[in-house]
Amino acid sequence: MSTRPLFSFFGGVHPPMHKDVSTGQPIDVMPLAERYILPLHQNIGQPAKPVVSVGERVLKGQRIGHAEGYVSVALHAPTSGTIADIGAYPVPHPSGLSDNCIVMTADGADEWTECVALPDYENINPSHLRNIVREAGIVGLGGAGFPSFIKLNPGTHKKIDTLIMNGIECEPYITCDDMLMRERAAEIVAGIRIIRHALQANRVLIAIEDNKPQAIKSIEEAIRGESAMEVVACPTRYPQGSEKQLVEALTGKEIPSEALPLHVGIVVHNVGTAAAVYRAIMLGEPLTSRIITVTGGGVAQPRNVEARIGTVIEDILAHCGGPTAETRKLIMGGPMMGFALHSDRAPVVKTTNCLLAATAEEIPDRGPALPCIRCGACSDACPARLLPQQLFWYAQAKDLDKIQEYNLFDCIECGCCAYVCPSNIPLVHYYRFAKTEIWAREREKEKAELARQRFDFRQTRLEREKAERAARHKKKRDELHSEEPSAAPATETKKAAILAAMERAKKKKDAPRITPANTEALTPQQQQMIEEVEQRRRQSRPNPEQQSAASNGDK
Amino acid sequence: MEFRTASSPHNHVRTSVTTVMVRVLLGLVPGMIAWVYFFGTGLIVHLALALTTAYLAELALLAIRRKAIGLFLSDGSAAVTACLLVLALPPMAPWWISVTGTLFAIVVAKQLYGGLGFNPFNPAMAGYAMLLVSFPREMTIWTAPLSLAPQTLSFVDTVKAIFVQTLPDNITVDAVTMATPLDILKTELALEKTVAAITQTSPLFGSMSGIGWEWINGAFLLGGLWLIYKRVVSWHVPGSMLVSLGLISLIAHLIAPEQYVSPLFHLLSGATMLGAFFIATDPVTAPTTPRGRIVFGASIGALVFVIRSYGGYPDAVAFAVLLMNMVTPTLDYYTQPRVYGHKR
Ligand code: SF4
Ligand code: SF4
Repeated sequence: MSTRPLFSFFGGVHPPMHKDVSTGQPIDVMPLAERYILPLHQNIGQPAKPVVSVGERVLKGQRIGHAEGYVSVALHAPTSGTIADIGAYPVPHPSGLSDNCIVMTADGADEWTECVALPDYENINPSHLRNIVREAGIVGLGGAGFPSFIKLNPGTHKKIDTLIMNGIECEPYITCDDMLMRERAAEIVAGIRIIRHALQANRVLIAIEDNKPQAIKSIEEAIRGESAMEVVACPTRYPQGSEKQLVEALTGKEIPSEALPLHVGIVVHNVGTAAAVYRAIMLGEPLTSRIITVTGGGVAQPRNVEARIGTVIEDILAHCGGPTAETRKLIMGGPMMGFALHSDRAPVVKTTNCLLAATAEEIPDRGPALPCIRCGACSDACPARLLPQQLFWYAQAKDLDKIQEYNLFDCIECGCCAYVCPSNIPLVHYYRFAKTEIWAREREKEKAELARQRFDFRQTRLEREKAERAARHKKKRDELHSEEPSAAPATETKKAAILAAMERAKKKKDAPRITPANTEALTPQQQQMIEEVEQRRRQSRPNPEQQSAASNGDK
Repeated sequence: MEFRTASSPHNHVRTSVTTVMVRVLLGLVPGMIAWVYFFGTGLIVHLALALTTAYLAELALLAIRRKAIGLFLSDGSAAVTACLLVLALPPMAPWWISVTGTLFAIVVAKQLYGGLGFNPFNPAMAGYAMLLVSFPREMTIWTAPLSLAPQTLSFVDTVKAIFVQTLPDNITVDAVTMATPLDILKTELALEKTVAAITQTSPLFGSMSGIGWEWINGAFLLGGLWLIYKRVVSWHVPGSMLVSLGLISLIAHLIAPEQYVSPLFHLLSGATMLGAFFIATDPVTAPTTPRGRIVFGASIGALVFVIRSYGGYPDAVAFAVLLMNMVTPTLDYYTQPRVYGHKR
């Protein structure tokens, strides 16, 4: 029997779910397409580096991108065929930018490369398992896209008490995890066993929101007989699927600000990731496809499809009978945190969990904003227990110090505040803006710091030269006055002068400088966010709709 | 195909500022009905005057300040201000009382401070305070409860009385006006009478507080509870204000019952319930943090007791609220909730 969670998280909202739009049909495997576009940057961290050249024939599952740097994973061919091009193509990104992609032409054979399965994983060193998961190109499939192998590493000093499997799926419209749990529970549970083994976790909690009774039932059946593994049926509330909120709801613990769940002995993985891990270890198959919810009034046959990574969105929409003429917005992800795409010519990537083709009735344009009436609806809804109205106030005033005092960087951009705001203020938009401003300012400071260091260095050198000159003069004088050569003292003076100059420079460097909170020791996710917002900043001016919303209320 | 873009979240609740204001107005309806039942139709005349003035003033000021007129006129906040102000006025006050009061509230207390969301003081209460200080005589002549008045006025007579200050020949001013129970209590207590003696001799006192007032307060309580149920206001301000006023007056009453009326009398007199649920809860001028709201409400409760018992003005809600409006930013600053993942 599934249990209820013993704890709860603060705030949250209950948006209309629209889940049944896409759960009417079983998962549908997309037919082979002619062309696939594989962005090299699909995960948080560094992009993969191409290891194939144009014209080369590749097999399905063959590695075409190499993990470059620690926070990175490999990239594989989704089918057999030839590499048509490596270059800039549109990628799914809010900026509508192009980025480096490998373009493949399928040959129709869909021929697999050689796959090495490791069914006796229990006898394999966990670090080797991690490496396989990394080489299989697996990232968190819940939407964030953090390389999974890193979260299979418990570290040396920490014991993992709880492995939380995230099957919450709290965003409206999205049902890919739901359908996967309904149809492929055995694969998921097999994957969980592997992850649990790699982490040596004491117990496993599989968290599923109680609006998915069928998924709960099938997972329960699949875990029958497992020890210390249970399904927790959580009362539906957004954003329960967010890692921090899920940990709070299940264990009552809070992940310290700027830390990972690991710090409290917890690791969270998505259920879809577990299925991918199962395939990688037990079948030797790398990640080349995923389940994607295709939904909304803009497609005639909404459903879940299993699509190869790199499938062009246009193909997927067409397969589901869309986009219809009424389609106004195309959102990758859910309506709360997903981003709107300019066009459907970009491909789906490893983190694409949903394509929401929405009509104007489903997702109306945001009306004009009124001033904040300080009603507090936002702070009642904020799961991070922030004061969104104060953050808004300081974001508007461009008071970047004050806004950090109010813990802007603890905002998870869940959108609850903007969702409930009766004044219709695009609050999250302001927070993103403020974050990029702060990052930009930090970078300026870093540049200034670099310049200062250069200056110091030069100063040291000049002083040293001056000291040397003085020493030379003195030596000459001394030589004039006495016949005895005094080479040794001269070197001493020079050394002393250098030391003194270095000492001065060091003192200057060590003088305390003010660094704002939260911008040091960035996690890879934050680094990624910085890059993304930077790109957005450079590329996209706020579009007219946002602009009117943001500027109508005040000024 | 090309699509429209926007930043997340892409969906939104259907509640707007207008929804919030309309609900506040609906919450006022039971109290208004009770009011008209006990004090006659003067309220309706003043409501019409105040609403018209409020919207004309708002329109003019928005035009001068070059704001989106349609957007701001439809937010409903001017109607709420007008209603709250009128509910603080004597029902038979001359017409210019509600007009000047509303003008002051909308023009000075609201728009000149920057309009909706930017006013530090509750506009209705600012308007009321201005009237009380400037026109103390007009502001303290209260209508006699209809059940006690020897003669009653027709609607036409009421309109005449408000606009040209004349009463029908056969009706004297004394027949339709009386002091409020809180007023009488204050003046008589100053004459060293005991509470029991005062409430038993004056016909104005009912079983719980003043005739009519107990029902009016009860009706505002009802409307207020509905607002809490609808989540238009949180329980923090009204709850803490009523508990604090009740507790303090209970202690005083237990120590010296001949000088201090019962807590029930305080809770059901004057503007207590209107203040607790509709005035002190004005989001713009109250703190936004839960703890801040509790301190704010409790302080208003205490101030109401102090001003009623020792102050110069009979009812105290307006001044208590205005005083606490001044410390709202400070309260907000010192009562920030602990953020997720930060030290307890
Ligand atoms: S919900 Fe909107 S109007 Fe209300 S306090 Fe928050 S930002 Fe202001
Ligand atoms: S977007 Fe940020 S401020 Fe708004 S509710 Fe979510 S965490 Fe709180």
